[in-house]
Amino acid sequence: MNVNYIFSLIVVVVLFLLAYVGVEAAGLQVFFGVIIPYLALVIFIVGFFYRVMGWARSTVPFRIPTTCGQQESLPWIKQNKIDNPSTLLHVLVRMALEVLLFRSLFRNSRMELKNSRLSYKLEIWLWLFSLAFHYSFLVVLVRHLRFFLEPVPFIIKQIEVVDGFFRIEFVSEVLTVGLPGIYISGLVLLAAVTFLFLRRIFIPQVRYISLAADYFPLFLIMGIAITGIMMRYFTKVDVVGVKELTLGLATFHPTIPEGVGGLFYVHLFFVSTLFAYFPFSKLMHLGGVFLSPTRNLANNNRAVRHINPWNYPVPVHTYEEYEDEFREKMVGVGLPVEKE
Amino acid sequence: MKDLPKPDGLVSMMDHMPPKDKGWMDTPVKIRKGMYCYASNPKSVKYLGLPYPREWSPMDDDWKLPENWKEIISEGFRERLERFRSFKIFMDVCVRCGACADKCHFFIGTGDPKNMPVLRAELLRSVYRNDFTTAGKVLGKFAGAREMTLDVLKEWWYYFFQCTECRRCSVFCPYGIDTAEITIMGRELLNLIGLNIDWIATPVANCYRTGNHLGIQPHAFKDMMDFFVDEIEDITGIRLAPSINKKGADILFITPSGDVFADPGTYTCMGYMMLFHYLKEKFGIDITWSTYASEGGNFGFFTSHETMKRLNAKMYAEAKRLGVKWILGGECGHMWRVIHQYMDTLNGPANFLEEPVSPITGTKFENAKSTKVVHIAEFTSDLIQHDKLDLDISRNDHLKVTFHDSCNPARGMGLLDEPRHVIRNVCEHFYEMPPNTIREQTFCCGSGAGLNAGEDMELRMAGGFPRANAVKYVHEKYGVNMMACICAIDRAAFPDLMSYWVPEVDITGIHELVANALILPGEKERSTDLRSEPLPGMEDEADE
Repeated sequence: MNVNYIFSLIVVVVLFLLAYVGVEAAGLQVFFGVIIPYLALVIFIVGFFYRVMGWARSTVPFRIPTTCGQQESLPWIKQNKIDNPSTLLHVLVRMALEVLLFRSLFRNSRMELKNSRLSYKLEIWLWLFSLAFHYSFLVVLVRHLRFFLEPVPFIIKQIEVVDGFFRIEFVSEVLTVGLPGIYISGLVLLAAVTFLFLRRIFIPQVRYISLAADYFPLFLIMGIAITGIMMRYFTKVDVVGVKELTLGLATFHPTIPEGVGGLFYVHLFFVSTLFAYFPFSKLMHLGGVFLSPTRNLANNNRAVRHINPWNYPVPVHTYEEYEDEFREKMVGVGLPVEKE
Repeated sequence: MKDLPKPDGLVSMMDHMPPKDKGWMDTPVKIRKGMYCYASNPKSVKYLGLPYPREWSPMDDDWKLPENWKEIISEGFRERLERFRSFKIFMDVCVRCGACADKCHFFIGTGDPKNMPVLRAELLRSVYRNDFTTAGKVLGKFAGAREMTLDVLKEWWYYFFQCTECRRCSVFCPYGIDTAEITIMGRELLNLIGLNIDWIATPVANCYRTGNHLGIQPHAFKDMMDFFVDEIEDITGIRLAPSINKKGADILFITPSGDVFADPGTYTCMGYMMLFHYLKEKFGIDITWSTYASEGGNFGFFTSHETMKRLNAKMYAEAKRLGVKWILGGECGHMWRVIHQYMDTLNGPANFLEEPVSPITGTKFENAKSTKVVHIAEFTSDLIQHDKLDLDISRNDHLKVTFHDSCNPARGMGLLDEPRHVIRNVCEHFYEMPPNTIREQTFCCGSGAGLNAGEDMELRMAGGFPRANAVKYVHEKYGVNMMACICAIDRAAFPDLMSYWVPEVDITGIHELVANALILPGEKERSTDLRSEPLPGMEDEADE
């Protein structure tokens, strides 16, 4: 038993109960459906902005890219322009690959020590599931814009068509069941987040470094995915009612529709919690990845001088002091001196 | 050395399973002999005017800390968060994915979970969260926060001097989190309360006073050069007259003092001298050495940014005094991280120098036009490309060579193919180590960043294990008997590491290989290489 993930799990369960009981028993629809989402959004925007500004306020005194390939030097030596960028364009390509394809993580390998011999195995799963996780989350997020926009933009409809490519229908004489089009993104999201959780539990080193703060967002996102899937495929939430509420939020005319159950409010509360928690957590890597000085700077250090805004003079041992101390010895062996 | 376990014993200690019963925050540090370096000598700390010089020992309970040490650390932390965006970002964005864990040579070699780069950084982050973040203040341990205590401080000291700032983990990190940066900050903070190691503090004091880490005074430096002149005369029949502190020379040459002082670096040093003699005879180019700036390396870099700047200042000052056109830098690792990524910012702009152009080939070193320091591998690669060197590469035929990319030129610069171009042109037999262990994925020698002392031999042998393992592989597969490198700490550290893990393999700098092959104008027929070992087919002559 690991106190870190138990704690996080309990917190998420408590959040579930708060919203469910709050709505079903106490009738706090306005609180969970209007006040909390607005509050969460404000915290997210202000917090995110505040954190990024905090980073931006700190200076970049030195240009310290981690170079992962051949530098630009002589004409007969081929530069690796992506992994050792020397111009802004190269940097943009490097950053794009980093942000969009997780290039550094793609290099991952797994060390094995057997009979005093080390080997490094291909390790692709972390990269693959991370990528799956982030992209499916993005699709889910974009897809949900349909709840906040009327009419629903064409592009979102197209995304839904692609995402909902698979269908499950059961047709027979007795019974005809047709699930709504299955959105791959939601299932991939749940699978990927489960993978990320399981590797934290089963890889001993990763378990050792994991904090409660690492499990909490995973459980929260699992909760979001599960409640979403429940509503869509099983409890069949009243979509028209939901849209009435969400559109109300988007147009600043909040209303509470009839007939939308507690599960929806749990879903919304989880999402709100994620948004509010975001700026205070490691999830800020979303912003930080763009600002990392080992990745977003060109390795043109010797060609273009980098300025340190707080560079200050320091005491040095001058040549004059040096010669004063060693002059006789220098003269003794015939080394030239400034003052005879 | 005598307490050092045998290689098999060391390997059997490499258990990478972290403890099951207790979390890392609840496991206090155990400082173990063989894994740490001695505390700094107060005389050295005092000479530099750095804070709180005193006698202290890591094994004592009482580290004789200043009364307000927590305040000093906390204030120093705050200041560095404002000054270094890298530091602040790296404190905030880690998701603990663990991709860095088995990339660290110290984790691979020791199995100590706190040598996983992520945990090394968490040692600082835990205190950062406690003191500087809302979540840490409110949620405490569940947000991964903990208070600064004496135990935490000791843990910092132990583990920030078990990192060689090699940046290998940074290559694999999805956010580019650089443990070198973390360790640099950790060590700066420790230095604020006088907690350095002597293998760093004393070389820094030496360098400040005499111009080099080893404390070689100018007349002794000249003596050593004279000794090399004699050696080279024995081998080649040519008597060199190297320029030292010469005003009006074309180029100032700066290289680590380690190569002047100890084998096998001395052979590389002789190699430089022979190359410069050749260029003077053939092309009339005058390249001068300096005793005032007789150190390329910069152990100040392992102390603090300020100390780095204080030592580095000598390079430009001496170039200005001597009136040279530009600076040529020798084979060294962290020296090149400092020159390439810091020097111009710290002590530039060097407007009194010219944009470097090779006086022999006319090649403009565009990539060095602002800092005006050229790496000797770039310089020699250019000479070879333009066919300016007379070479007899059969004189390296007895060597089967592999190449170790030194961490800093690889990951803090990207100097990968220049040295390979040189090596391939001066010797016949060249073999690469496996791809996961070279170029940007190169493994550290295990002794960088000031850890190449004698008392931490177990740490060094463990940390160097992944590199040695790759060397062993090419030794067994191709019969490799020589590893070339472009770093003076490599040349100081690898002989110990090789004799421990792969005794059949020796260490060389690339300019030793160049000089072995280089035909000096008017030289006699050589019967030995620079090590006075017989050349292939010359065994009889060498005995005479």
